[in-house]
Amino acid sequence: MLAALALEQITCTFVSRDAPGQRYTAVRDVSLAVAPGEFVSVVGPTGCGKSTLLNVAAGLLAPSAGSVRVFGEPLAGINARAGYMFQSEALMPWRTALENVIAGLQFRGVPDAEARRLGEAWLKRVGLGGFGDRYPHQLSGGMRKRTSLAQTLVLDPDIILMDEPFSALDVQTRQLMENEVLELWAAKRKAVLFITHDLDEAIAMSDRVVVLSAGPAAHPIGEFAIDLPRPRDVAEVRVAPRFIDLHKAIWDVLREEVLKGYERQKRAA
Amino acid sequence: MWSLIKPSQRTLRFWQIGVLAAVFVVWHVLTKPGLIPPIFFDNDRQAAFFFGEPIKIFARIWDWFFGARDIYGHLWVTLLETVLAFAIGTAAGLAVGLWLALSPLAAAILDPYIKALNSMPRVILAPIFAVWFGLGMASKVALGFTLVFFIVFFNVYQGVKEVSPTVLASARMLGASQRQLLRHVYLPSATSWVFSSLHTSVGLAFVGAVVGEYLGSARGVGYLILQAEGTFDINTVMAGILVLTAFALALDWAVGVVERRLMKWQPRSGETEKL
Repeated sequence: MLAALALEQITCTFVSRDAPGQRYTAVRDVSLAVAPGEFVSVVGPTGCGKSTLLNVAAGLLAPSAGSVRVFGEPLAGINARAGYMFQSEALMPWRTALENVIAGLQFRGVPDAEARRLGEAWLKRVGLGGFGDRYPHQLSGGMRKRTSLAQTLVLDPDIILMDEPFSALDVQTRQLMENEVLELWAAKRKAVLFITHDLDEAIAMSDRVVVLSAGPAAHPIGEFAIDLPRPRDVAEVRVAPRFIDLHKAIWDVLREEVLKGYERQKRAA
Repeated sequence: MWSLIKPSQRTLRFWQIGVLAAVFVVWHVLTKPGLIPPIFFDNDRQAAFFFGEPIKIFARIWDWFFGARDIYGHLWVTLLETVLAFAIGTAAGLAVGLWLALSPLAAAILDPYIKALNSMPRVILAPIFAVWFGLGMASKVALGFTLVFFIVFFNVYQGVKEVSPTVLASARMLGASQRQLLRHVYLPSATSWVFSSLHTSVGLAFVGAVVGEYLGSARGVGYLILQAEGTFDINTVMAGILVLTAFALALDWAVGVVERRLMKWQPRSGETEKL
């Protein structure tokens, strides 16, 4: 089957602006494919270049070597078939929640009335029915994340890229959001590339988990198919015996990398 | 009785007016010829000569507004100069700020010149503007423009530089073209910086207008002050200063109203409106 998103031999080397001699290779020779409708998570120690990979997939960052294919087509510029949920605040603070949700529709020239109707519907779907006229600073962190989710999904992208979207949320809100995302994903079955440092979250949500080595020159060192039955509840699935087996298997691979990454950061400090 | 007027949030306005009244009373007592024996000056007329007398000053203002009614034309000229300098300066500052912030090479080339122009004491340009644009309104607008332009320019430049990279990347992922980025991301972000400088820039536009009039003109409140000063009519000079102060306060208030309407998306410090 044709992959929705295929990263082929991606290498990203950054050159320091102040000292051109200093180079940092974040990821090296990474190949990763996401099938249509598949939910793939990438886990790895902090600073291993997970976000770099996602930015390459989004077309925000041009790789030093390698190519990206989107449904078979080589990617040039912004990946127009992908929606991106960022780790940090990405809402435009000068727009209300509704205006933020329909921003993408406006950029695409959808008539205003139609855009508003769709926007309202999506706000309802993420549980923010009456909050369309609030500005981002008037919303709580969880509500802002839901708005971001609606903003991304209202465009009905074929590929959804998520960069630790819930890392800033408290545990309870986070589990609610994870379940909501799973529900929305189950209804539409889009290809999802999900970046996280939380192994529990990765296993609970994904079809497949890819483990990245510690940076620099991070590369995939393990791939695990998650055969837990769906639909899942992220809180309940954590106590399933199969979940615990998988967690142990992946953690065995990941632990060494986490320690390695930690050592490296300590030495640099 | 004291508990009713004790300084507190409730009686704030009362005390503010009280301070003003006290200043005028002290002023009056110290300057009115014959009221108290001269402390500092040789005779009791000199204090009034140097500092004016509040009662005469208010009479002058009353005459301007309700007696001879001859100040409206001058006020109108000063207002028009201020508004024109402010509007043109803001528009130009916004345009050039956006342009330079989005083309780093042009910014790098022009950087030393912008720094030089900004550090130049620009009030000194007033005589040159008078030669170029004559003694009419244009030379005052030009002077106000040079003052307003740089304030707005630097704020817009900074505002565009400090657009959150995440918001920018997000807008691009949502499909915004370069034009749409300018219209929907850079401009609103820069606007918040412009508004934070608006109180300063409207004040400077006013300074440009009045200083320009003072240095040479045939109309405007600055001209009135210049005329009175020529005849040592200190009461009229003081009256002109009071009118200008009230006028500047009114302008500042108007800016505040506009700001509150347009910037309602910005969180105010201490505001707890989270849900």
